[in-house]
Amino acid sequence: MAGIDAVITDLHALEGLALEDSPLQRLDPRAKLLTTLLYIVCVVSFGRYELSALAPFAIFPVAMIAGGSLSLLPLLRRIVLLLPFPLMVGIFNPLIDREIMVQLGPLAISGGWISLASIFLRSLLTLGAALVLVSVTGFPAICAALERFRVPRVFVVQLLFLHRYLYVLAEEGGRMARAREFRSFGNRGMGIRPTTALLGTLLFRTWDRAGRIHHAMLCRGFRGEFPVRRTFRFGLRELLFTAGWSVLFLMLRMGNLSRIVGGLIMEVVR
Amino acid sequence: MHMADALLSPAVGAGMWAVSAGAIAWCSRKVRDGQDERQVPLMGVMGAFVFAAQMINFAIPGTGSSGHIGGGLLLALLLGPHAAFLVIASVLVVQALFFADGGLLALGCNMFNMGIIPAFLAYPLIYRPLAGRQPTRARLSIAATATAVVAAQLGALGVVLQTTASGISELPFAAFAGVMLPIHLPIGVAEGVFTAAVVSFISKANPGFTATINPAPASSIRHSRLVPVVLVSALIIAGLCSRYASALPDGLDWSIRHIAGAAEPAAPGSGPHAFFAKLQEKIAPMPDYSAAGASSSVAGIVGAIATMLAVVLCGAILRRPWGKR
Repeated sequence: MAGIDAVITDLHALEGLALEDSPLQRLDPRAKLLTTLLYIVCVVSFGRYELSALAPFAIFPVAMIAGGSLSLLPLLRRIVLLLPFPLMVGIFNPLIDREIMVQLGPLAISGGWISLASIFLRSLLTLGAALVLVSVTGFPAICAALERFRVPRVFVVQLLFLHRYLYVLAEEGGRMARAREFRSFGNRGMGIRPTTALLGTLLFRTWDRAGRIHHAMLCRGFRGEFPVRRTFRFGLRELLFTAGWSVLFLMLRMGNLSRIVGGLIMEVVR
Repeated sequence: MHMADALLSPAVGAGMWAVSAGAIAWCSRKVRDGQDERQVPLMGVMGAFVFAAQMINFAIPGTGSSGHIGGGLLLALLLGPHAAFLVIASVLVVQALFFADGGLLALGCNMFNMGIIPAFLAYPLIYRPLAGRQPTRARLSIAATATAVVAAQLGALGVVLQTTASGISELPFAAFAGVMLPIHLPIGVAEGVFTAAVVSFISKANPGFTATINPAPASSIRHSRLVPVVLVSALIIAGLCSRYASALPDGLDWSIRHIAGAAEPAAPGSGPHAFFAKLQEKIAPMPDYSAAGASSSVAGIVGAIATMLAVVLCGAILRRPWGKR
């Protein structure tokens, strides 16, 4: 059960970051959301054998991590946990595509290995960008941005509710699971039947909780929206942020910076 | 079964996003218009319940491993398809942002595979007819298992189709489907059996409960109208996607050709990739670069390492002032 606690701790850490007060955190969430989306589209729009042109794209997550004073380890841990699926699908590339694409002295690299490395790099960049986005913005602010982008109110409220009760119920589920584990021996008590009873009980409690929450909210005059403390403004700084990054992404997308730099280095070496 | 950004092309990702966004808008309107406002907190808390439920593992009999419930089918049974889809979609958004499960571009695919398919295809077409109005326990189990199996198979098929249409992975369609579908068979069975067990536990422990929830019978007729709409829109989008993707190494064709041995990495001819490629040709200082050109590849590798190092260095320098506070 240590896994659950670790997950919850990681999430808390991730969320806590958004409460920091740096220029990056203060930026309007819409700017960060738009920029991140453009970034991801640019990264995935490369052909399957592209590797070198992807490398400079690391600048965005790195700059955001540096600018938002995020700690690297929890982010990396989350990313590493998620790499297996894309890698499992990509691992067949070297087996299927054996055509030699690069010859480095005695070392011949087939197209399959290159496309596998490309998948790996893509995963790092896109997963990193998503985690960085939520770390420097915070979930409620992202929801507010979504609402400005005309995402239906019902769905935004649903997201906010889910986020608000995520920890409460995750901790409750974790407690129940741990309590059962203490009382079970080997696989006794871990079968489907006791688990069903456990889940059913959790469901009843959840349902009752929803009822109580609703009453409490009505008492406080809930009319289908959550008030937000920060006021959002898409000002000059947001414009500069979005436009600056977008121009950089497009430039990196169209020209291969790695190859230019590599060419220069080779020239100098020669 | 989360689809991942790294395996996705922008055209496929955007197409699936369009379908899923449409479904969100439509379901939001349905939920807003149709129900008592008590459902608002209920949906939110049920989303959190799914997370909590996934923490409670059960031992799978006969094996050493353990599994947990996915929750999509349970939500559809308890909340009805519209609310269930919104809850699943919101869970996926949280997973994409906090757990980086899949990623932001793949979110549309994931909503389709794990939300639209179970809520709007499997639930109305399989569960409803099989279970009937007042299902007995056995009937409930059969219906839930069949529904969960179909939903898991279609969802897995969705992952396979989206991956091959994107053409980033080289896995041929048949081989990938041959792995994904069998893997998801026991997953579907377990989900169905478990969901049925939970529902029958609920109705035994609190007989009035299941009667008060899921106020669907009156609206069940409408589901039949909805299915063709979803199917047609999916087909249209898929058609649009494939027009974009067909000139790209359209996964299926490409891998067949490739396996047959007539292999030369297909050059993309249209769509966003080609657009960027053309731009790149115009602007790039070394336009005559070809995949086989060894020296340019070496330059690429050297350059990639150098820029990576530079990026890391930039990060380290930039970090100081903020890190100190």
